[in-house]
Amino acid sequence: MAQPNHSAGTATGYEIIIEPNKGWLRVNWRELWEYRDLLFLLVRRDFLAKYKQTLLGPIWFILQPLLSAVVMSIAFHKVAGISTGKIPPLLFNLCALLPWAYFSQNVTTGAATFTANAHLFGKVYFPRLLVPVSSVLSNLFAFGLQVAVFVFFYVWFAAQGAPIHAGWAALLALPLMVVVSALSLGVSLLLAASTARFRDFSHLTPVLLQLWMFASPVFYPMELFTRNPTWSWLAWANPMAPIVEHYRTVLLGDGVWNPAMLGVSAGVSLITLVLGVLAFNRAERTVVDSL
Amino acid sequence: MTVAPPPMVEAQGISKRYYLGDPSFFQRATSPNASSLGARAGDEPGTFWCLRDVSFSVKRGDVVGLLGRNGAGKSTLLKILSRITEPTRGRITLRGRVASLLEVGTGFHPDLTGRENIYLNGAILGMRRAEIAAKFDEIVQFAEVGAFLDTPVKRYSSGMFVRLAFAVAAHLEPEILLIDEVLAVGDAAFQKKCLGKMDEVAHQHGRTVFFVSHNLGAVRALCNTAILLEHGTVAMQGTPNEVIAKYLSSAVPDEAGGYVSWPDDGTGPGGEEVRFASITIMDEKGERSAFFEAGQPITVELRYRVQKRIRGARFEVFVNTSEGELAFSATDHLKQSELLEPGLYRSVYTIPGGLLNRRGYYLTACGDVPGERYLIPLREYLSFTVGGAGNQSSLFPEPWPGVVCPRIDCRVERIS
Repeated sequence: MAQPNHSAGTATGYEIIIEPNKGWLRVNWRELWEYRDLLFLLVRRDFLAKYKQTLLGPIWFILQPLLSAVVMSIAFHKVAGISTGKIPPLLFNLCALLPWAYFSQNVTTGAATFTANAHLFGKVYFPRLLVPVSSVLSNLFAFGLQVAVFVFFYVWFAAQGAPIHAGWAALLALPLMVVVSALSLGVSLLLAASTARFRDFSHLTPVLLQLWMFASPVFYPMELFTRNPTWSWLAWANPMAPIVEHYRTVLLGDGVWNPAMLGVSAGVSLITLVLGVLAFNRAERTVVDSL
Repeated sequence: MTVAPPPMVEAQGISKRYYLGDPSFFQRATSPNASSLGARAGDEPGTFWCLRDVSFSVKRGDVVGLLGRNGAGKSTLLKILSRITEPTRGRITLRGRVASLLEVGTGFHPDLTGRENIYLNGAILGMRRAEIAAKFDEIVQFAEVGAFLDTPVKRYSSGMFVRLAFAVAAHLEPEILLIDEVLAVGDAAFQKKCLGKMDEVAHQHGRTVFFVSHNLGAVRALCNTAILLEHGTVAMQGTPNEVIAKYLSSAVPDEAGGYVSWPDDGTGPGGEEVRFASITIMDEKGERSAFFEAGQPITVELRYRVQKRIRGARFEVFVNTSEGELAFSATDHLKQSELLEPGLYRSVYTIPGGLLNRRGYYLTACGDVPGERYLIPLREYLSFTVGGAGNQSSLFPEPWPGVVCPRIDCRVERIS
């Protein structure tokens, strides 16, 4: 039947070896690159699906962080009496929620990668890593809407004479976003890999995020724990803490300025990302057997 | 000097172990005994080997039929070949790009339009965007959904959905294509179109195709080689005819006596609307059998449980020779009522004596709404043998050619 065709047999130079997994360091970068179109289409799918679902869809992305900023302003600043200095509490919270809400959204969707896509993963192969990466990218859409809300209130409060001033330092918010993306991707990959092995981890994700939020200066200034010797280590140990705080520093001109802390945060994020990719890559190869 | 090219697909000693139930640490430690399902002495308790030491090699351009009973390991083998999961032991070398089609419409998003889903699904199946764009018009034409291209697919009829999904998959151009029983969907005309497309893919484009199906006729028509899996091992690799014959003979033990039945728990063949309850082949006296005298009539009874009211259903039986050639088909179309209310029904078909040849046959059956959809996909259920005396061929000792052997009247006269 088959014509012996030398060139055709190996012309593509394509050879796939399927073997039981050995070791951790087997990330197929070339394949990820070959599937780059799928990444783009997955992002587009999320974007279109969110848009089309409801008329109010995009509005929820605005309302959610806005409502939580309002509620937390009342709880932390009016009731608990924590001072936000010269910054209006609402703006103070909205600013910190920019990186935090994005982080939390990424971790929530990323950690559920295997469980939410069990059916798809059981029927077709493609590099699984594309799914969490695509949600990190498509969550930028919600982030964009949040930025718009923030800008609106920034202008509003500035017009009323609030002492806020963003200079060129505001540009630093961009590299900080890259760190947030890396960290949230790393954390969600680690959680997804753990969930694949032990289902119980899926219950842990929301609790973890809750704890993490309160351990980050989202609704209070970081001074509260840098000044307190019992808790000051937290500013160094929690990579989200300096990022959240520095968002306010660069966008509102009020807060801690500590490049060393940011450096540690970026380093920890990078390490988390690398570990996450390795753990995820190891889990993905047989994960469908236990889904 | 010509050296034979390396095989396109080479599997060496593939084994796959599954944990029974939830593979939690606790359960693994406490599982009292392994299920009898495939477990053997020396196995870790609570595990079973779904595939054991499976080896084969497939040449470029081969179209391979993968046959086996449910649970023989076909799906697992296909999942390993398509890299959805990894083998526990062994090694497979694939010398080309692979695409698998284990289900029609994987990754379709209901809220997206037909157009958007073509791109998304194509990419999920491994196509580049430029490739999809180049074939876009062809796909739309094949799927016959032109007017609804910008409608969300959740508004599509099930027929349209399946056509679109298959059309995308049919235009994949990998060197190795893996297909699982996806043809058991859509209406008969579309199935025919799909088989035609697969034939084209395999024979004109010289791709290597793995094809899992219960439709033995399709396996016979499309494949040039076949592999039979039994209890997770390769029982046979050979020509489709040889393998089909062995497959049907190996099917006898659990279905001896021309009878197969399913409990009323939703496991029978079919879907939400109707499922088979039992299929019986009987002789004149109403006794179940898998062996019939050539001269005697044979009665086939299909029992089916209707769960939801159906309009315009019909049930059909097909009798094929053991080599897979269709001898004839019969339908209850003219006797069926237009509306079937929930309940247990039977359709009884009588094959006149003296029609069939002395040889092995198998019976396939299905239910459908003509021109619209399948209710119960076409699949083979029982095999039986016709022999003894009573038809034309039994007058002669040698095997008589022909899928049937009716009595043909014959006169011989001298004219001049």
